[in-house]
Amino acid sequence: MQNSTQWVEIGALDDLIPGTGAAVRVEGKQIAVFRTDDGLFALDNRDPFSDANVLSRGLTGDIAGRLVVASPVYKQHFCLKTGECLEDDQQKVQSYPVVERDGRVFVAAVGEA
Amino acid sequence: MNKRQLLVIGNGMVGQRFLEELVELEHDFEVTVFCEESRPAYDRVQLSAWFSGATADDLALGSVEFFEQHGISFLCSEAVVAIDRGARVVTGSNGTQYSYDALVLATGSYPFVPPIEGSDREACHVYRTIDDLVAIKASADTSRRGVVVGGGLLGLEAAKALKDLGLETHVIEFAPRLMAMQLDASGGEMLRSKISALGVTVHTGKATQRIEDGSSHRHRLVFAEGELETDLVLFSAGIRPRDQLARECGLEIGERGGVVVDNQCRTSDPAIFAIGEVALWQNRIYGLVAPGYDMARKLAAQLCGDLTAAFTGADMSTKLKLLGVEVGSIGMAQGGAPEYRVCSIEDAGSGVYKKLVLSEDGKRLVGAVLVGDTSDYDALLQYVLNALELPESPISLIAPASGEKPMLGVDALPASAQICSCNNVSKGEICSAISAGCTTIGALKKETRASSTCGGCATLVKQVLDAELKSQGIEINNDLCEHFAYTRQGLYHLVRVHGIRSFAELLSQHGHGKGCDICKPAVASILASCWNDYVLDPRHVGLQDTNDNFLANLQKDGSYSVVPRVPGGEITPTKLLVLAQVAQKYDLYTKITGGQRIDLFGARVDQLPAIWRDLVDAGFESGHAYGKSLRTVKSCVGSSWCRYGVQDSVSMAIYVEERYRGLRSPHKLKMAVSGCTRECAEAQSKDVGIIATEQGWNLYVCGNGGMRPRHAELFASDLDDQTLIRYIDRLLMFYIQTADRLQRTSVWRDNMEGGLAYLQDVIINDVLGIADELESQMQSVIDTYVCEWKRTIEDPVALKRFRPFLNDDQPDEQIVYVRERGQKRPARADEKSPADVLETV
Ligand code: SRM
Ligand SMILES: Cc1cc2nc3c(=O)[nH]c(=O)nc-3n(C[C@H](O)[C@H](O)[C@H](O)COP(=O)(O)OP(=O)(O)OC[C@H]3O[C@@H](n4cnc5c(N)ncnc54)[C@H](O)[C@@H]3O)c2cc1C
Ligand code: SF4
Ligand code: FES
Repeated sequence: MQNSTQWVEIGALDDLIPGTGAAVRVEGKQIAVFRTDDGLFALDNRDPFSDANVLSRGLTGDIAGRLVVASPVYKQHFCLKTGECLEDDQQKVQSYPVVERDGRVFVAAVGEA
Repeated sequence: MNKRQLLVIGNGMVGQRFLEELVELEHDFEVTVFCEESRPAYDRVQLSAWFSGATADDLALGSVEFFEQHGISFLCSEAVVAIDRGARVVTGSNGTQYSYDALVLATGSYPFVPPIEGSDREACHVYRTIDDLVAIKASADTSRRGVVVGGGLLGLEAAKALKDLGLETHVIEFAPRLMAMQLDASGGEMLRSKISALGVTVHTGKATQRIEDGSSHRHRLVFAEGELETDLVLFSAGIRPRDQLARECGLEIGERGGVVVDNQCRTSDPAIFAIGEVALWQNRIYGLVAPGYDMARKLAAQLCGDLTAAFTGADMSTKLKLLGVEVGSIGMAQGGAPEYRVCSIEDAGSGVYKKLVLSEDGKRLVGAVLVGDTSDYDALLQYVLNALELPESPISLIAPASGEKPMLGVDALPASAQICSCNNVSKGEICSAISAGCTTIGALKKETRASSTCGGCATLVKQVLDAELKSQGIEINNDLCEHFAYTRQGLYHLVRVHGIRSFAELLSQHGHGKGCDICKPAVASILASCWNDYVLDPRHVGLQDTNDNFLANLQKDGSYSVVPRVPGGEITPTKLLVLAQVAQKYDLYTKITGGQRIDLFGARVDQLPAIWRDLVDAGFESGHAYGKSLRTVKSCVGSSWCRYGVQDSVSMAIYVEERYRGLRSPHKLKMAVSGCTRECAEAQSKDVGIIATEQGWNLYVCGNGGMRPRHAELFASDLDDQTLIRYIDRLLMFYIQTADRLQRTSVWRDNMEGGLAYLQDVIINDVLGIADELESQMQSVIDTYVCEWKRTIEDPVALKRFRPFLNDDQPDEQIVYVRERGQKRPARADEKSPADVLETV
């Protein structure tokens, strides 16, 4: 699995303002990348509650020890690490591997289930 | 050992609830469910929402995942056609046989269609399933007029649906009044006149004899006297239990239908049970979902070994909104027994009718009828259900709001009082859940299910929660969130006193963790109120709430709206033209708002800077429709034109709007200025209302429209311009300092100890000695105002965030529009299939 991972460069770390997210397109998928004090995270950009591609525009933070982003539409929280929804265990978004190398950011469009 | 076989026939609302109750318990059944319809259970109570855009998915109660997760075999589109009680075997519609140890009938009921000649003609429908609605909609497309046969609860709901479908709507009722089951004669009459006023024609006392070809419409209904032509007929003449299967296999059936059950929901065969609308308990069929849910709960408990679980009847009180008219019926609404005493009020002007039915001694309430205003429903229901003693003069309970109404405190309710009728949750159960640690509404909902169905009991649940927390000595936690052990007011002072300029600074000195979507926007707002720095500064941008984040209002599809400021609602034709040109250029949906300005919808995030560049170039500014800040100052045309005007309200409104534009506050602020006492600008519903007098201005404060309207109160009279502005400066700054997060001035004022008099003391008499400070703080915000959009379009760093994708300039292809009345609107999910898309942006 790890070997076949296709890393796609999506831009410079400096393009991401600390504490915010941005949308990127990787192999046709819309992915939200977040830059936090605890590193980079990537989730589906699609918010399952509104069906709008907006998670990258949510506020990040922590709730009871879990790093989260709040959907900007109806405010549900998604775990930045796993994509799980804190309010509704039936809902989940995909999370993706993301790394920084020499100031450049790379995302792999393979789902981390 | 083989597991015991449990078969459930019917996957309607009650059948589904039974399964949910069952899987919550320890059971050792292998469960199989027969579902005649083509989809798992859905919310029939909310069926009409389908016409206003709810999809079958939105209404769904059951799901394939639910059945899979709990190992339940779910047979979709398969009805049971026969039961062999001797062999304990049922036969499905595709011929397969299934044996059972226990069998549950949850087959519900079917709409009764009176035996009228012609009732099976085309475009004659019933109203029970999603499939029915699909058929009704198809017929409505080729109809101009629709008739509902039956003026009961469901009939009126169906009438609303026909009206919403754009048909000229009639209701035909056989009885002499509407809702004969629930209302008395006066209540029925009041309802009739209200509904007629809404454009639905009501015919009572009419028996339909046959339906034949019409001349100007598809059908003609022929009555004993007279006739009526129509294109569509909807029968809503009551329901009948679906007891066919039970009849055929010889179970005991009631005289007028229904499978006879005992308190254990057991039929005359001990291996067969019946619940929901098919069950006849003590000679009654309950046509409501709550009693069915109660049966489901009791039966599940019983099958899992709780032999004490018993269904012991249910309350049939109802509160609803029919065609926009509030109607409530409690207990013995009709009065009935002669010994009951009755008192009522009737106000034909406002269309309100209320009646109380009292016990013989006048001490208890046994029933009530409410039409036009059901605000007293919750309290009255509690009096009936708990046999509470009535106050001295019971009529005061339904007196118009101006009179002093005795309050029914939740403390007065016994533990057995039912708080949530949909889910049968008592006050006692809520209290024990609170003791067990459920100290928020969310937690209570999850634990007890209270307030999770119709939501009608939400206020009561909250009252019980608050009262209980107080009495258990649990401190009501006013901390902003888990990251700051301070109230908003506390944080405001820390920021102000210590000169804190960023969230990171405040968090490291006075908070813990990383912050969240509660504290970040709250602190961003405080920082802006104090220092008025640019909100999209890299230090602040990650704190801003959704709308502030892109200086526009987020819409359901992820696009944004654009609202330029139009101070006082005054606009030159030239500027109006600019708005039209911008809307055309970017194809924006254009609407005049309730705040006297124009909203342009459907801009993608990447289009916002270009749109605003055009607007700013033409002299427009941000309207802050996205901010918790000043929205609009409405005005009437005032003394310049109006023959009654005594002051120039437009000039004052523009002055005030430009003075406070951009001021960030705990919640949004709305103002209005009227040129005379006729009050055409509705200033008395605003946070700040200004009304002209011969001598100057009257200042009204802390009004609110919206969810909980509150009239503004007269704060000071006959003020000159300078004093007026000084008071407003002080008042707003005092509000900014002391209010809670997202607390409008109305709620702030209601919670203020000392009330209006105290507020007047602080603002007018300066008892705290802070007036000068408040004024100078306000002045510094006013002096540092810059239009956020003007600033943004000149700031390359800020603009970077408006790209659609960091690595790609192609816009989001999933934002799709369709055209309606000559403008675009977001496509609904069912319209997104490629064939229907008229346009992709
Ligand atoms: C556009 C408009 C409706 C319209 O088509 O006319 C509107 C639209 C919205 N209103 Fe409103 N309100 C609009 C006038 C009003 C009014 C009437 C008025 O201002 O005279 C009221 C009642 C008056 C009042 O607030 O006291 C009103 C009471 C609300 C409320 C309830 C506030 C309350 O205290 O109960 C909300 C919800 C909230 O703020 O939490 C709300 C929230 C909203 C939001 C922001 C909902 C949201 O979060 O998406 C809507 C989005 C606006 C957008 O995308 O541009 N809107 N809203 C009106 C814009 C006026 C303007 O020019 O700025
Ligand atoms: C438009 C509308 C509005 C309503 N509004 C309210 C309201 O505001 N408040 C309220 O309390 N109630 C309301 N009701 C009533 C409420 O919906 C019913 O009380 C509730 O649905 C009863 O549940 P049930 O499971 O007994 O029957 P149903 O929900 O009718 O379910 C029975 C199911 O069994 C299936 N079935 C029947 N026979 C067989 C068979 N032989 N094999 C397999 N499956 C079979 C049927 O197809 C159906 O799906 C409303 C009803 C309607 C139609
Ligand atoms: S009333 Fe206001 S908030 Fe509600 S839908 Fe209409 S515009 Fe949106
Ligand atoms: S009364 Fe309907 S949810 Fe509580």
